[in-house]
Amino acid sequence: MEPIISIENVSYAYEGGEQDRVDALLDVNVRVDAGEFVAIIGHNGSGKSTLAKHMNAILLPTRGDVYVLGMNTRDRSKLWSIRQAVGMVFQNPDNQIVATTVEEDVAFGPENLGVPPDEIRRRVDEALALVDMTGYEQAAPHQLSGGQKQRVAIAGVIAMRPRCIVLDEATAMLDPVGRQEVLRTVRRLASEEGIAVVHITHFMSEAVLADRVIVMDDGRIALEGAPREVFSQPDVLRQLQLDVPQVTELALELARKGVRMPRTPLTVQELAADIHALLGGCAG
Amino acid sequence: MRRLSEVVIETVDLGYTYMKGTPMARQALHGVNVAIRRGELVAIIGRTGSGKSTLIQHFNGLLRPDEGQIKVMGQDIWSKGVSLRDVRRRVGLVFQYPEHQLFEETVEADISFAPRSMGMTQVQVEEAVREAMRIVNLDYDSLRSRSPFDLSGGQKRRVAIAGVLAMGPEVLVLDEPTAGMDPRGREEVLQEVADLHEKHGYTVVLVSHSMEDVARYAQRLIVMDRGTVVMEGPPHEVFRHRDTLIGIGLGVPQVTDLVHELRGMGHPLPEDVVTLEQAMEVLVPLLAGWPNGHGQGKGQRHGHGCGHGEGQSQGQGQAQGSWDGERV
Amino acid sequence: MKVPSVVIGQYIPGDSLLHRLDPRTKILLALAMVVALFTVESPWSYLMLAVLVAAAVLSSRVPVKMVLRGLRPIAFILILTFVLHLFMDPGEELFTIWRLRATHEGLRIGLLTVVRLTLLIMATSLVTLTTSPIVFTDGLERLLNPLRIVGVPAHELAMMMTIALRFIPTLLEETDKIMKAQMARGADFESGGLVNRAKSMIPILVPLFVSAFRRADELAVAMEARCYRGGQGRTRLRQLRFGPADAVVAAATIVYLAAAVVVR
Repeated sequence: MEPIISIENVSYAYEGGEQDRVDALLDVNVRVDAGEFVAIIGHNGSGKSTLAKHMNAILLPTRGDVYVLGMNTRDRSKLWSIRQAVGMVFQNPDNQIVATTVEEDVAFGPENLGVPPDEIRRRVDEALALVDMTGYEQAAPHQLSGGQKQRVAIAGVIAMRPRCIVLDEATAMLDPVGRQEVLRTVRRLASEEGIAVVHITHFMSEAVLADRVIVMDDGRIALEGAPREVFSQPDVLRQLQLDVPQVTELALELARKGVRMPRTPLTVQELAADIHALLGGCAG
Repeated sequence: MRRLSEVVIETVDLGYTYMKGTPMARQALHGVNVAIRRGELVAIIGRTGSGKSTLIQHFNGLLRPDEGQIKVMGQDIWSKGVSLRDVRRRVGLVFQYPEHQLFEETVEADISFAPRSMGMTQVQVEEAVREAMRIVNLDYDSLRSRSPFDLSGGQKRRVAIAGVLAMGPEVLVLDEPTAGMDPRGREEVLQEVADLHEKHGYTVVLVSHSMEDVARYAQRLIVMDRGTVVMEGPPHEVFRHRDTLIGIGLGVPQVTDLVHELRGMGHPLPEDVVTLEQAMEVLVPLLAGWPNGHGQGKGQRHGHGCGHGEGQSQGQGQAQGSWDGERV
Repeated sequence: MKVPSVVIGQYIPGDSLLHRLDPRTKILLALAMVVALFTVESPWSYLMLAVLVAAAVLSSRVPVKMVLRGLRPIAFILILTFVLHLFMDPGEELFTIWRLRATHEGLRIGLLTVVRLTLLIMATSLVTLTTSPIVFTDGLERLLNPLRIVGVPAHELAMMMTIALRFIPTLLEETDKIMKAQMARGADFESGGLVNRAKSMIPILVPLFVSAFRRADELAVAMEARCYRGGQGRTRLRQLRFGPADAVVAAATIVYLAAAVVVR
């Protein structure tokens, strides 16, 4: 099957001062398939945001190529098809909402694409329902919580009928409740709507929810794999200036004390089940 | 513990309403009674909109209460003859994303803004800047002449915190000092906050969204919901009320949750586990008593019929969800 | 759950005929009113125009207080205009205070000028009071659209207005936050002379500008990511409809205004 996004041997160097060069990319290869939920983690300046901005031609590679549904992002004639196919949600909820009401903002993308008014109306209602914001059509952006604003931003992307949504640290400025709202929404989009999700985040507890985790460091991919594979290497992660969820750390500490842990647990429930089993109990 | 007994900030039936007298009026605080004691590290937790930010803005007189009183060092700060500037010097308030308030051309000039406003002499100002930068681990000589806008995100935030420390406050109030930072940055800033308290003797009030962090660093928690204090006490007591906390949009540290789950499965564990170290203390002896759990045991039992296998445990379901197979 | 739409600017939500009219109708009729106000001479004309404005205000069910609020900023100008006309215009003496000689003509012209300005403000604020900013912007964009040929950037102007409206609350909130943050560092915005006060604004203005530029930058990227490429080929969710009510109201008003202009 054709990948949604295929990043092939991409390097990128920022022009200008040497200070800006830290966030560059070196020979990166990434593939994102339909309905996949991929998390990208890495410390500040590791290149993850630069990578994200290559996924819908906000940045073009210095070397190598990025393909979206087979279209090369260098092809200017395909620019709008590419941006329609891969939507972006950014970090600051306030700086990406354009219009003065929720519905007008969600309509912004389809309007730019020249979608007929009746069809825009349908898409707006549908998108708001998908992010659980039905009833807020007339609300002004500044009346909403951070989590609600980000869900409106997601709806604005969905209304363009994309194949993939890239969240560029979209949960960084939210409180835990807001983060949960956003995560729940995008996970549902991936599983139920088949929309691929690329989630760039500083929160390991969010990365464990992904199908695949990519760890960036110094513009390169340092680790890649299922969350369990990645998070069972806490020492490597720590070297990359990252950490692991508290329960995972606890399990690893227990293992260090000689407890035979059957796997690397990623959630409270997993570790509870493992310890329960070790203690000879049967679940239920 | 005489040092702990002196109350430095106290609110008495504090109430505050935004946009009072307009149709948009919204009561942000009501009946708040809290006391911060000298030398404490207190954390205020509560979801966005619970009144935390409004409350801390009363601590240094940025907001004037509609009801009740706010006392700093025993004195009602809104009574006649009290200098608000002096209150603001004694109670340093670091806002969320404090780097957004930087404005001077050099790091040194920016940090010295507060001490200059407070009327310190040139010599005192320079000394205060050096000391403040030292506390937040910024190198004075190499950074003082740099533009604050050219620094990294973490450095900017430190400059902003130093800008408050340089006034020489007795109490430091920090509103989510780690917001938006990467894991290493969070760790470093938290360590600095802990150092401020332990090494430098500051009274610290920390507003945080991370239950793991407050469990680890705070001596006492103040839990806010809908404009009032709903719970107060040391972390191990507050986090016993797991369901109440979840009900008001908060939670408990992961290890506390783990112990709760295990207790639900019938394992004899204490309720008041809130840090990783405490979890280790109770789990290691428990597991050591079981051949399966420990060391060289022959342990054949796990994985057989006890349901931690694929897809059976709840956790598995949550982590992997139904991501597989949903291809369009 | 239903969240009520918020009041930005001075829009007062409602369901009157005036609220329901197409914004283009309202803007054009307000313009016609302005033209009429500056053409008429006779007091009878003024009376007719005043009756029309009063009828519009009453039918809109917008509190009269809100309509008059628009006059507050120009109250001083109104009084000054009246006084200047009263004492400066040549003509038959009415009375004299000290060396100032008030005239009949001055009184008449002064009064009419005040009435003219008052009606002008009331008529135009009635448009913004009964039209939500978004709809107003839409109407303006479409009215200006034909002028593209002569180089009026209709779409760009409307987009700028929309973004300005969108960010006013955000920037107000931000200003408040920065002010408080600087006050926490001992800044004082109240005392001192003019120079000192102007100087004390620097710690607010610099961060505010830095943040506004950052916001502009991020917003531009976000808009591009959502396929924004100017007004070309753009459709709109909201369709303006020039309906039968618009035709009737417009025709009636124009006839009435014409009558007001010719009456002596």
